[in-house]
Amino acid sequence: MARLKLKKIEEYLQCVDGFVKPKILLEQYPTPPHIAACMLHHMQSQYEDLEGRFVCDLGCGCGMLSIGAVLVGAHFTVGFEVDGDAVDVYRTNVQEMELANVECVRADVLQLPQTKWAKAFDTVVMNPPFGTKHNAGMDMRFLEVGVKLATTAVYSLHKTSTRTYIQRKCQEWGARGKVLAELRYNIDACYKFHKRQSKDIEVDFWRFDVSDN
Amino acid sequence: MKLSTYNFLTSMAIKGVKVGYPLKLTINKKEVVETEFNATFVERLLPKLDWSAIYSAAQVVELTDDIPAVQPENIAENEQLMQKLHHLLFEIDVLDGQLECPETGRVFPITDGIPNMLLNEDEV
Repeated sequence: MARLKLKKIEEYLQCVDGFVKPKILLEQYPTPPHIAACMLHHMQSQYEDLEGRFVCDLGCGCGMLSIGAVLVGAHFTVGFEVDGDAVDVYRTNVQEMELANVECVRADVLQLPQTKWAKAFDTVVMNPPFGTKHNAGMDMRFLEVGVKLATTAVYSLHKTSTRTYIQRKCQEWGARGKVLAELRYNIDACYKFHKRQSKDIEVDFWRFDVSDN
Repeated sequence: MKLSTYNFLTSMAIKGVKVGYPLKLTINKKEVVETEFNATFVERLLPKLDWSAIYSAAQVVELTDDIPAVQPENIAENEQLMQKLHHLLFEIDVLDGQLECPETGRVFPITDGIPNMLLNEDEV
């Protein structure tokens, strides 16, 4: 498949359906199509980490990053998701876009390093639960799994306030982390505890080079 | 679920299970989809394949005429076999069926093409 232009990727991703009823405990925020498109375009144009690659999407939700990765040229993408409702939407999205090389496994992301998926993938992409409400540190647990599943690179989003901590942790795990961009991440008020209509949070877009471990 | 994914799935996470691999595959409904053959991709996947699982999958989908029981040497140089391997791994989509743990008999259903590998709290 010929590589798509950034604007085209975003157009396609706007057709990806989101969560029907987002679950607070799982921190189900959809990745906005614009942010997803920019992330994926960057992974390919700057690092060639998608075209022809075996890609994993951790906590894939409704498949925004999985589908985007394949549109940008990934040869095959597997998403892992714990929530059955999200998995159903993922499947519908993939079917409606008529993509054959992207699929989803319903599983607990945290159990994956102990399986045959360890070091199975070239590239891991994720928009992890930021670990704010009831599951503190969840984004770091996802990142640690990502480092164990990839052989080349892991891409992830984390709150800017945790930057120093992440830099230190990833070194412990044998990964070299680099912040590629600072984003203003807009989370629409989709839960009752969001008092304002829409709220921007500061988020870093990271690349972790895992080719040494 | 493509059979490439089947190659990686295990029931290792179940408490007391030692190997949990390969899972016993049963297919009730499948479809064949055409996807682009990429020799380099299949070649890079070879070291991650467990031939015993690949061959048992080939038995289930009745492709044992195409896939030998023992992994041949220099397989990457055999373009015809690489294409057959691509077909087995990426063009057969299991829509409905199940995966069974070889040690405990625990069944993981495959519904609408998605394997459900989730375990209950008392199983891990």
